[in-house]
Amino acid sequence: MKAMAVIELKGVIKRFGQITAVDGLDLEVPEGICLGLLGPNGAGKSTTMRMLTGQVIADAGELRVLGHDLPHESKAARARMGVVPQLDNLDVDVTVEDNLAVYARLYRVKDVRAAVDQALDLARLQDRRREAVDKLSGGMRRRLLLARGLVHRPPLMLLDEPTVGLDPQIRTELWTLIGRLRSAGTTILMSTHYIEEAQRLADDVAVMAKGKIIARGKPDELIAEHAGRETAEVYAPPDRLAEVRAEAEAAGLAVRPAGPAVAIVGSERASDGTVPEDAVRRAASLEDVFVLLTGEEAE
Amino acid sequence: MNGAASAEVRVRRLDPAAISGVMSREVANFRTYWRGTTFSSVLEPIIYLLAFGIGLGATLVDRVEGIAYVEFVGTGMVATAVIFSSALPAMFGTFVKHRFQNTYDAILAAPVDVEEIVTAEMLWIGLRASFYGCFPLIVAMGFGLDPALGMLLVPLFCFVTALGFAGFGITMAAIVEKIDQFSYVTTLFVTPLFLVAGTFFPIDQLPEWARVAANFNPLYQLVELVRGAAFGFESTDLIRFAVLVAFALAMWRVATRRLTMRLID
Repeated sequence: MKAMAVIELKGVIKRFGQITAVDGLDLEVPEGICLGLLGPNGAGKSTTMRMLTGQVIADAGELRVLGHDLPHESKAARARMGVVPQLDNLDVDVTVEDNLAVYARLYRVKDVRAAVDQALDLARLQDRRREAVDKLSGGMRRRLLLARGLVHRPPLMLLDEPTVGLDPQIRTELWTLIGRLRSAGTTILMSTHYIEEAQRLADDVAVMAKGKIIARGKPDELIAEHAGRETAEVYAPPDRLAEVRAEAEAAGLAVRPAGPAVAIVGSERASDGTVPEDAVRRAASLEDVFVLLTGEEAE
Repeated sequence: MNGAASAEVRVRRLDPAAISGVMSREVANFRTYWRGTTFSSVLEPIIYLLAFGIGLGATLVDRVEGIAYVEFVGTGMVATAVIFSSALPAMFGTFVKHRFQNTYDAILAAPVDVEEIVTAEMLWIGLRASFYGCFPLIVAMGFGLDPALGMLLVPLFCFVTALGFAGFGITMAAIVEKIDQFSYVTTLFVTPLFLVAGTFFPIDQLPEWARVAANFNPLYQLVELVRGAAFGFESTDLIRFAVLVAFALAMWRVATRRLTMRLID
């Protein structure tokens, strides 16, 4: 039996003046999975997220969240989802516990005190509960932001670029928290442009570009389908890189830039001599898929 | 962790739980800055009363409309206190929450809509201003104004007027593109409204067109109501109160509409 879809978008279109931010988007998120919405900046990820909370109204298409039609039943849907925004919008002068209590009330939680305690445990901020938010470190603020979105224990979480601009250490810490949420069965839609984030946390990845989904599947399947088994990276001066690239393309292989190198994707299919001897061979990655599909270098 | 704790939310408009939730956010923030706000709200009428009431009263004007000038200004200053504790905080508060703190993004992600945000913020500012509006009256009592039973209605008059000006402030915040454009709003609207409200000089000495225009100034209506409370109501005061209620309702609708246009794409 197919699991019920928690989010269902069909043919969704959103224009801002001349720009079409979302262009015929179809997206289904089944219950209990973590879907990574992967795409470059400007792909329409944030617009999609804002449509799901009723802050952007689609021009066309069908949107259903937790069984509610958007936008007119958006309020009922919002009551049962949590949102972690890209930008920190905590009330900085207010204490940690008051930040949580306000949102517990906005989400109509019956026992506000218990909800605040639980959120403090989750964010590991029990001993800082009476401090103003601007006294917290960056990592603590991020944990608090996540805990605020979970204060009503929603069955669905929207994470909009949850670790954008964070130190690697704080990022890892958040990944642990998100991973725990995922194992507890919360359905998660997470937009990101970090490949590693999608690879680590997502059961399923949807690659978004120019307002639509261009590929969808489990990370392994996407790699097998679009990249192959192996990628060969060649590090060399620009002139030589251009030659390597031309040769590989002439042999019908996909080539992508990879910072100072070029990466020959699907190098296991190359005939002898196409891939230079000094190339570094490694397993094909989601990054290869992403760059090939979107034409943009990943972060 | 699953959905056990997330409540079924009534999806009707103007849910009291949403409104009180947004107000609780305002209260939590207010607790961090109330000292400064209260300090200026208390001290400012004292300074004005000393400057105008005592300074002008002792040298140039003795009595106005049969009232000692210090009492005339003291009662009128209630309106000044109300506009400065409603229009300005609403204007700056809404702008800062929208543009600098992204507060509304977080609130609107919860089951709360723009109408509930506007209603809550207007009510909160109204409550605050109904408190601050009484200070000039209390200060004026120190300068000889006699207490009157009608004065118990002054917080209500201040509350209704402040609702309207809070709606005005939210509307302006939703319209301007940059924070420095508030200078136009204060110079073009706020300053003339509080100067030509009958606070410092009586309106009936003005040319006829100005007297007619003053009737459209909610602050003038408030000044007259406060003087009615202190020195005896007239039958027209009921109409004045109705005007303030109408102003508050109109600004509530306009503010909701403009902020919705700003926040929902």
